[in-house]
Amino acid sequence: MKLAIASGKGGTGKTTLAVALATLLPGCRLLDADVEEPNARLFVNGDEIDQREVTMPIPVVDPAACRACGACVRFCKFNALALAGGKILVFEELCHGCGGCSLVCPTRAIHEKPLPIGALSTILNDTWSLVEGRLNVGRMAAPLVIRRLLAQANKTGETIIDCPPGTSCNMVTAVRDADYTILVTEATAFGLQDLSLAVNTMRKLKKRFGVIINRADLGDDRVRRYCADESVKIHLEIPFSREIAQAIANGKTMLDGAPEFEAQLRSVLAQTGMGGIA
Amino acid sequence: MKIAISARSASLESNFDTRFGRAPLFVIYDTDSKEVSSCNNTQNLQAAQGAGIQTAQNVANAGAQAVVSGHCGPKAFTVLTAAGVTVYQAKAATVQDVIRQFENGELVAMNSADVEGHWV
Repeated sequence: MKLAIASGKGGTGKTTLAVALATLLPGCRLLDADVEEPNARLFVNGDEIDQREVTMPIPVVDPAACRACGACVRFCKFNALALAGGKILVFEELCHGCGGCSLVCPTRAIHEKPLPIGALSTILNDTWSLVEGRLNVGRMAAPLVIRRLLAQANKTGETIIDCPPGTSCNMVTAVRDADYTILVTEATAFGLQDLSLAVNTMRKLKKRFGVIINRADLGDDRVRRYCADESVKIHLEIPFSREIAQAIANGKTMLDGAPEFEAQLRSVLAQTGMGGIA
Repeated sequence: MKIAISARSASLESNFDTRFGRAPLFVIYDTDSKEVSSCNNTQNLQAAQGAGIQTAQNVANAGAQAVVSGHCGPKAFTVLTAAGVTVYQAKAATVQDVIRQFENGELVAMNSADVEGHWV
């Protein structure tokens, strides 16, 4: 089973929760899909056992075969190709790697070369493993790295996906394989605003989801009222805790700082169907 | 010689638009015949990315041999150079002012982009 931990707003505690849940599921694989700023690695002490490059196909134009007809330029919706002075210019940083230009070229003048855009790193912890997706600085094709990362999910056991914040392509890609998604929010106006975007996104995607309110005692009642009005299940409320904050600051998990939450986190896993409990 | 001037609307009295890639249109002025026409750029004004690249092809296809704008980013500059279009930088209020500066030889051709991409 795959459980995604997403949010609307950033900084609500997705990674905090994802890492804590992973420690409760022996053999679990955690995928850090926040490829623009992955940080779950901070909480893992084990050795990196594998690193592989993620590449994207980029067009290369053979000037001898190119008739400068512009079919590729007209096809590219990302404006990564230009026809100027009778030559095709390629702007690699705008390319999304779809390969369409090489398909529409009538003279087969375009082939593709792999351009490194990121990496997947596998790190073994004592009871679980992390695969971190990382997009190279300056690259825009985050969903491609996320798709490669999702292919590293456990084939038979449990997988937790630590998603990027927001509700853009990156988040949509990260939750698309999930059987269940937990949206982590906080009890503030900002938290509610972005939670409502995330809820609408999950509904459009027809995905099963529920909410965890972190730092639930800082703020007000509006997230609770919203969830009640929208019939969204609140799995857990985690109050602000100095002990949790200290543990996180020391590279430990929230359960190291507040072990009393173990039973509640196990209950959340059971509610979502993780660990074969439901 | 035809020069393309980034502008807000299709007339000599129009305000000069200092943006290149996201200018709504270009006034095309023929320095020989003194003819004035225009080249619509609305589609690129709304492009998600690569507006400068598309705009550069647009003005080159309109037959301009020179472009006058307020700024020009690196990708647009690359395409304009490949298309053999000279890029001039101007500070002016109206298209008419730009034409006067150009014809008086007050404008200097740029030899590289003057701003990063995504400059607004």
